[in-house]
Parts: sequence; C-alpha cells; structure tokens
Amino acid sequence: MNRIYADNAATTALSPEVLQDMMPYLTTVYGNPSSMYSIGSEAQKAVELARVDVAEAINALPREIFFTSGGSESDNWAIKGVARALKAKGKNHIITSAFEHHAVLHTCDALKKEGFEITLLDVHSDGLVRPEELEAAIKDTTALVSIMYANNEIGTIQPIEELGAICRKHGVLFHTDAVQAMGNVPIDVKKQNIDLLSMTAHKLHGPKGCGALYIRQGVRPQILIDGGAQERGMRAGTENVAGIVGLASAVKRAKATMEQRTEKLTRLRNKLIDSLSKIERSRLNGDREKRLPGNINMCFEGIEGEALLLRLDLMGICASSGSACTSGSLDPSHVLLAIGLPHEIAHGSLRLSFSDETTEEDIDYIAKCVPQVVNTLRSMSPVWERIKQQEQGK
Amino acid sequence: MAYSEKVMDHFANPRNVGEIEDADGIGEVGNAKCGDIMKMYIKVDNDVITDVKFKTFGCGAAIATSSMATELIKGKSINDALKLTNKAVMEALDGLPPVKVHCSVLAEQAIKAAVSDYYKKRGVDPTLIVGEIKECDHDHGCGCQL
Repeated sequence: MNRIYADNAATTALSPEVLQDMMPYLTTVYGNPSSMYSIGSEAQKAVELARVDVAEAINALPREIFFTSGGSESDNWAIKGVARALKAKGKNHIITSAFEHHAVLHTCDALKKEGFEITLLDVHSDGLVRPEELEAAIKDTTALVSIMYANNEIGTIQPIEELGAICRKHGVLFHTDAVQAMGNVPIDVKKQNIDLLSMTAHKLHGPKGCGALYIRQGVRPQILIDGGAQERGMRAGTENVAGIVGLASAVKRAKATMEQRTEKLTRLRNKLIDSLSKIERSRLNGDREKRLPGNINMCFEGIEGEALLLRLDLMGICASSGSACTSGSLDPSHVLLAIGLPHEIAHGSLRLSFSDETTEEDIDYIAKCVPQVVNTLRSMSPVWERIKQQEQGK
Repeated sequence: MAYSEKVMDHFANPRNVGEIEDADGIGEVGNAKCGDIMKMYIKVDNDVITDVKFKTFGCGAAIATSSMATELIKGKSINDALKLTNKAVMEALDGLPPVKVHCSVLAEQAIKAAVSDYYKKRGVDPTLIVGEIKECDHDHGCGCQL
C-alpha cells in the first residue's frame, strides 16, 4: 500500500537536496565555528552565508537574523525577551490572539504569572482577526503584539501588513509566528512592518531542530539563552551548523518554487474541498481563499476525529485532527473552539496539509476514502443517529 | 501513542455493531461534548443476555472497548455481565494507553446502563442491583458530573 503523506503542517520530509547541502557539515566540516583553524572558519563561513540567504528571503538584513532551535524557542525569545525588556519602561501589556500556537499562548501564560496583562483578540468564524479590534486593544502600556502569520490548524492567513501598520502607528512592537507561512506566502518584513518573526526549518523540507528569529535592527529583546558569545552575544550555544545550512537551503528552495507550488496546491486544495464538501453536514473551517495553499480543515458531524484518522491510516493516508483524543487533552482544539465551533463538532475535525510532492492521484484517492470512512463511522454513531432523527422530526 | 493489535482489530472490525429493534434494555453513557457516547442494546432471556449490539461515537479506543465489552457479555447471565470491570475489558484488549482508560470505564458503565434500563422496564428499581451509573470519569467542567 502506498503511503500518502497529508500532514505537512505537522512536519515535512527532508528534501534530498537540502540533505546534500547539509552533509559536509555533518561529516568532514565538523569544526566549531568559534575555532580559529580552517574547519572552524569554514563552518563559520557556512553559518554567515546561511544568514544572508535567510535574510534575503524575508527582505531583512543578515544582522537581523538569529539562529535558534526552532519555532518554539523563537516565539519564547521574542515574547519573553521583548516583554521583560520593556517592563522597566512601564510597558506590561501584551496583545495576542485566541488561536495562536501553544508556543505563544503558554509563553503569555507564563508572563501573566510574572505580572503581565494579556489581551486575547477574538478570532472570527472565518479564522481571521480584525485589524480594528487590534487597534482598539492597544493601550499606553502595550509592549508587544504577537499575531501568527498563518494558523497551523486551519491555515488562515492574517492581514499581517495591516496589523503591522497599526502597531507601527502606535509605536508598539509587532511579532509574528511565521512558522507555517514561511515559504508558502511572500514575506517582506520591511513592507509589512514586522519587528520580530519566528520561523523553523522542518515545515519547509528542512531538518528538525533549527529555526531563526528575525529581530529588526534597534529592537532589543532580553537574552533568553545565556552563555557564550554566539549570535553576536544574543543567543548562546554552539551553532547547529548543519541545521542552519539546512534551514537556509530549505528557505531558498521554498522561495524559488513558491509561485508554481502555490498555483498547483491551490488548485488541488480547491478540488478536494469541493469534493469533500459534498459530504452532508460537513464544513470547511476557516476562510476558503485567505488560507495556505496546502491546507484543508473540515468538520464532519456525528463522528470523532481520532477514529477518522485511524481508519484513514489503515488506507495509507497520514492526516491529523483537532479532536480531544488526538490533542492528548480532554478538550478539542483551542483553534476550532476559538472560531466558535461547539465541542461536539470540533471533535470531528480533519486537517489535510499538502506539499509539492502531493499529486493529483493522491487528492483523488483521498476524495474517495474520506467519504467512505465518514459513512462507516456514522453508521455506528449514536450521535449521527440522533441528528438524522431530528432531521426527520422536522 | 500506540494501540495494541487487539485494539486495532476491534476498532477496524468491530463486533456486534448496530441496534436491536425490540431490545429489552438500552443504555447510553457519555456525552458528545466530551467526545464519546456509547449506546448499548441487550436482549435478555431467562436472565441471560442472548444478544447485544452497540453504537459508539468516539475514538479508536471507545469503539474497540465497546466491541470487546459486547463480546465479553454475550451469552452471559446478567449477574456475570454486571461483574464485568473496565479492567477486564482492558486486559482482554491487551491494554490501553493511560489517557484511554476512561473509554473502558465508559464501556463498563454502558453495560450497567443497559441492564438498568432492562430492570426499569420490568418495574424493578435498578439502583439496588446495578448501583449508580457513572457517565464520565474525568473533570473538565463539561457538566458530566464526575
């Protein structure tokens, strides 16, 4: 049985070309970039060239890119670093949204315990925040606004340029978690008034365990990882040279193929949405147009997501769900609850996320399998039975 | 998280799925907000459960425990069925991941609820025989009172 990998929002396969670019730094060029001898300086050179590539991809300066261990570290550093630095200036208010990644939400929870005030912006049923609501939430004490570029579950793309402009107008720093957006949408930190931006390599066919934080020149977050003088004294720890080279390689490749990939994935996505929308009592979560080209998130009433995933897995399809059972907690996805779905419907969600490797045949196969599985599970569901009885009662 | 082969077998090929039109007892436990509901139908003859069917809304473990529980009580006396514990259901499935233990509790309670309904239909107060039916073994403010 062929495996169809439709969970690229969770992680992606490492690209063979990226691996090839990384190989020297996993083998022969093992020197520490801080060392004086040649294999050390060769490694250092690779890190600095990678910095140029990553900076170019988002229209930043190389000195504005700081390598980290990934998205979660970047989010933690951006938010805790800025908040703690500005607290001394009487700024103790942070604005974020209700459907951020936990790396942002739990970081804000931690800051709340340190005495910060947190405002969670509403996410509307289309999966988008409203710029005017952000503007209304900004106060004299606001230190930072953190709104994700594109959501990891429902793929909705926020009006980043407008949000950035509002922050700039009010003199408030603006951070965006661009982990899902990077490589999938054009990002220009200058034009979009972004002060801090988090990214990671493994969502764009790069390696796991490496990411970066863009920090606009002049912005001074507190240091999160103390130690050696790496990353110009801002982030200690011997550089993950191979990972950094992999991040740069992946970012460069993603940017070069973005236009063509977006066109292909948008077409495949829309085809599959149209097909799965024919299932009765199904719904697409998040705006249909303002979403990542490779993201589909749908709910099917009367069934539970984990059972759906397990059955799809038996048919060779790897996908994910926001049900409580798959989140490892008792509540379904906070993202689906944030856009107003009731618990019982949020339990029956399915996220499919595609990559360049996804083919038309994959999409057709998924379009064939999902309705079969939904029907099977509904045939044994007392919830579905009740829904049908209520329909007949009307 | 990994399920045992037995759990996957009962999930992929659940036994005794469906309804019994003229059931002698029907029990339903759980709630949709929590993500699992089990409904069990029993046919009773001379205090023996001659047939049992189930319908479940829930995860893989919820479906597998329902299926296994029905297998374990089919053909048994009501007394034996009431003695079936969630632990026995779990053991028969070669174990469940810790976060899924509540599914086996639900299966045990679903049987008790069906037996309870059987007694009620015959005008017998079931609480003395069956005890209290728990619906949900966790606490997250979902209103399921446990």
